[in-house]
Amino acid sequence: MIAPLALAALAVLLAWPVPLLLARASWPARSPAAALVLWQAIAIAGGLSMIGALLTFGLAPFGPDPFTATVNLLMGEVTRIESWNALALAAGALLTGHLLLNLVLTVARSERQRRRHEQLVRLLSSPLESGARLLDSPAPVAYCLPGALSSITVVSAGLVALLSDEEMEAVIEHEKAHVTQRHDVVLVLFRAWYASLPWFPIAFRAQREVGMLVEMLADDTARRAVPDGVLARAIVLVGAGQDRPAAEPGAAEWGGEASVTELGARLSRLDATPLPRPLEALVVAVAVALLAVPTVLLFAPAALALL
Amino acid sequence: MATLGELERSIMELLWATDASLSAYDLQEELADRKLASTTILTVLSRLENKGFVKRSRDARPHQYRAAASREEHMADLMHEVLGGASDRTAVLERFVGQVSPEEAETLRRLLGS
Repeated sequence: MIAPLALAALAVLLAWPVPLLLARASWPARSPAAALVLWQAIAIAGGLSMIGALLTFGLAPFGPDPFTATVNLLMGEVTRIESWNALALAAGALLTGHLLLNLVLTVARSERQRRRHEQLVRLLSSPLESGARLLDSPAPVAYCLPGALSSITVVSAGLVALLSDEEMEAVIEHEKAHVTQRHDVVLVLFRAWYASLPWFPIAFRAQREVGMLVEMLADDTARRAVPDGVLARAIVLVGAGQDRPAAEPGAAEWGGEASVTELGARLSRLDATPLPRPLEALVVAVAVALLAVPTVLLFAPAALALL
Repeated sequence: MATLGELERSIMELLWATDASLSAYDLQEELADRKLASTTILTVLSRLENKGFVKRSRDARPHQYRAAASREEHMADLMHEVLGGASDRTAVLERFVGQVSPEEAETLRRLLGS
């Protein structure tokens, strides 16, 4: 009975206090890569321990370990199933299905939107020498449209008019980093998590934090090409040139105070020293441990039994 | 040799530039300097129709084509998604900055001493 309890305790910790602490911490801005690894470990280990707790609890009466118990259950060796166990098994199966289905749906919806957007961009923009596409719009924007095979970096005419060549380079390097580091894959995982568990207080926050961390990672790549001051000016100038559309559904979630915090955080971290290497390694080690604990709790008894 | 994508764009620019409907032969004439086969133009038109950018009228022979929406309408749609009116915009985009109001940006600009 230790495994289900331990898994349940871990699931609760990873669902609420741990992500809350991480969202409030200030060090992630000093090491966005390590923080991103930790966020992913929390999300995956959290789901694994939630499902694992339900399944191990449901299977406990039928065998000494989950694997043997499943075999016994499937071979018809079990004559009587308590309702509590049946309920836990059903909940575990439902949760697994729910999470997977939402992942598939979120990926499919993103892909559909992305393709439509790409079609529009290709019609409305002209190719530049750098491989980016120039959008004939006065609003200063730059973004990347990630794709499985090819990604597009889009800059607007308004942005070209606003920024110096060096600032433009910062923007392009930033967008290229999103593409080469496949930030879209990380983001889609967290969007799926939020879509699956929208009532989770932390799911939205996690999605936002992860979105911010990939911006910081992209900034760090841009900093290798241009001085910090140039990047800072680019961040501010692009922010200044954007007229926020009137309040619309969805705008409140992303705009408002969060945007100033985001901008401020991206600017102020340029002066902060990066996290020392040993501490970074420690964060990654914690992430690995978070993944190892539910995995061991789930599979170690069966592995031992097989030996 | 223009790619199919570039050709789609040229044809849309022609359709956007006129209020009238055009046939594939009209378009072939407009793009005469590119020496395109009419089948190529018909292929591109049918691709554009499938994507919903072009509407075809089958009443007349040859078929007449016109833009489904103006260039400005498409641009407005696009910017709406980019600038965050659309509720799920992060689904497709990773933008350079978050949004700030002009006043907030002014403060930041001042802080940067520019």
